Amino acid sequence: MKLHEYQSKQLFAEHRIPIPRGQMTMNASEAKSIAEELGGRVVVKSQVLVGGRGKAGGIRLVDSPEEAEEVATQILGMKIKGLPVRKVLIDEAADIKTEIYLGITNDRNRRCPVMIASAEGGVEIEDVAKTHPDKIIRVWIDPLLGLQEYQARYLAACTEMPHEYWRDFMLITKGLYRAFIESDATLAEINPLVITADKRLLALDGKVVLDDNGLFRHPELAEMRDLDEEAPEEREARKYGLSYVKLDGEIGCMVNGAGLAMATMDVINLYGGSPANFLDIGGGASAEKVAAAIQIIIRDPDVKAVLFNIFGGITRGDEVARGILAALEKTPSELPMIVRLVGTNAEEGRHLLADADMETAISLADATEKAISAARAGEGS
Amino acid sequence: MSILVDKNTKLLVQGITGREGLFHTARMIEHGTNVVAGVTPQKGGDWVLGGKIPVFDTVKTAVETTGANTSVIFVPARFSADAILEAADAGISLIVCITEGIPVQDMMKVRRYLDQMGVRLVGPNCPGLLSPGKAKVGIIPGNIAISGNIGVVSRSGTLTYEVLHALMQNEMGVSTCVGIGGDPINGTSFVDTLELFEADPHTEKVVLIGEIGGRDEELAAEYIRDHMTKQVVAFIAGKTAPPGKRMGHAGAIVEGGEGTAEDKIKALAAAGVMTADRPEEIPGLLH
Repeated sequence: MKLHEYQSKQLFAEHRIPIPRGQMTMNASEAKSIAEELGGRVVVKSQVLVGGRGKAGGIRLVDSPEEAEEVATQILGMKIKGLPVRKVLIDEAADIKTEIYLGITNDRNRRCPVMIASAEGGVEIEDVAKTHPDKIIRVWIDPLLGLQEYQARYLAACTEMPHEYWRDFMLITKGLYRAFIESDATLAEINPLVITADKRLLALDGKVVLDDNGLFRHPELAEMRDLDEEAPEEREARKYGLSYVKLDGEIGCMVNGAGLAMATMDVINLYGGSPANFLDIGGGASAEKVAAAIQIIIRDPDVKAVLFNIFGGITRGDEVARGILAALEKTPSELPMIVRLVGTNAEEGRHLLADADMETAISLADATEKAISAARAGEGS
Repeated sequence: MSILVDKNTKLLVQGITGREGLFHTARMIEHGTNVVAGVTPQKGGDWVLGGKIPVFDTVKTAVETTGANTSVIFVPARFSADAILEAADAGISLIVCITEGIPVQDMMKVRRYLDQMGVRLVGPNCPGLLSPGKAKVGIIPGNIAISGNIGVVSRSGTLTYEVLHALMQNEMGVSTCVGIGGDPINGTSFVDTLELFEADPHTEKVVLIGEIGGRDEELAAEYIRDHMTKQVVAFIAGKTAPPGKRMGHAGAIVEGGEGTAEDKIKALAAAGVMTADRPEEIPGLLH
């Protein structure tokens, strides 16, 4: 789960990381009064959960409250990478002398958090990693010991932080580490961390991504989820404990198991079709979950055919077949549907489906070819 | 023969009185696994499955009383890190964690601690282990594999069943199937498992089932190139997965250009490993 910039900075402030004075708003006239309070010269920043806001014109410096209102009106009407802007953050403008990058994430290969700093702040860290890999400083943190003072000093030294700022920089690194750990984050990044003309360190921009599996420990953070930023079908899928990712093809798929679901997409592609989605109904595959999954798939206007790929292990094939039939009785659909059922009690399951005039298959190859040709026939009609 | 679990396995089930724990314990016993005890805090003194299996309050007392050497964990994600550490501290040498959804920071701490103790963890977020006809520790259906000389190691669940089923239909038997799990931070890796298969005199060939995310398959390729004398064939899921999206498994995500199926297949090919385009092709690649 991604947090907005204003939410990330709130979290930072709770861990005593200095942030600019500012406030989020959803309307332009309020933007004006916020700007007035902040002294007129402010930055109007679109709050959408995608990168590249600046390049898209979603972050603008203005000189007066009137201009703040005007620019906020424009930005609140924008779409950035397809996402409508519903919120803006009005921050006091800062006089920037130096920009630094400071972030922390999990290093999967080393199985521990890694704190990263770079004197090349204010640009995408991935770009710095490509163009100036030597400018990226990393310290790996023992998960049982936590961040050590010497590690923070090392980051300060390597980013050529002037000594007069070390004390504050140490507080910020420790605060960022705590914010990361205590919120079960997978990423917490300040970019840029700036030194201002009046000699302060300030977190001008922030990004936090939370581990969905850790949210049970943080109900207050879970509540920050911006439902407007989520596609409705993804929200629906989450409600039923389904894993769903929308893709741009024409064959909807419903599969039990994430690995098998990916393999199904790959095989569709191998045979010249393209998958409309990734959808894992998980183990057990209750009738309720099957019904919710079918709903999500058939509501997608791009879908021309549906492929069910179910391996009956503990879940018996005949039960899954009954689940599919019950779901389709409640939500009838004209779309061609092909069911591939293998494993425990698969034969009984296939009989049940065949009796209900559904197309069945034994091999994934056969099922895929049937689904692709059904989708093409549907396109032609 | 087999690796990790066999007739010497004395199994303890953590979370035995839960719905999943109880159901799968019955399946494991049906498969001939020697289940010696269960643990559920505050249910100590109970007996389950018709009075056959004693339930203990703590892993320590269960181990002391029954001599359990292996534990399988079915407790909810929020209690799993604690359950793994409890098993490790009680002297269990092989811990198999089925639970999905453990916070990644919990797993980083657990893994670091287990490494220091020298305790082996399989999983989490995995289907467990199956040595057909000898022992089943976890949830892999026992009826979709026969005993034989092929080792199977996988990050997936049902995709693994699919491959086991395809092998069985071709009358190919399995020494042990190891589900290492779909989380970004787990215990036993592909390389760890390949080492065990390479050393097992009864495993002749190995099937490796990988997926997008991380570098475990690339490391496996290096190991195969440098150390493996046995044939390895592979399937990698997620060629069509878009970057930056998590595909069901917490660990199945291409991030910062790392973890693509293409890179993994390339690394495996460079180590002489043939990769199937479809899971159903795997039996045909084994010679």
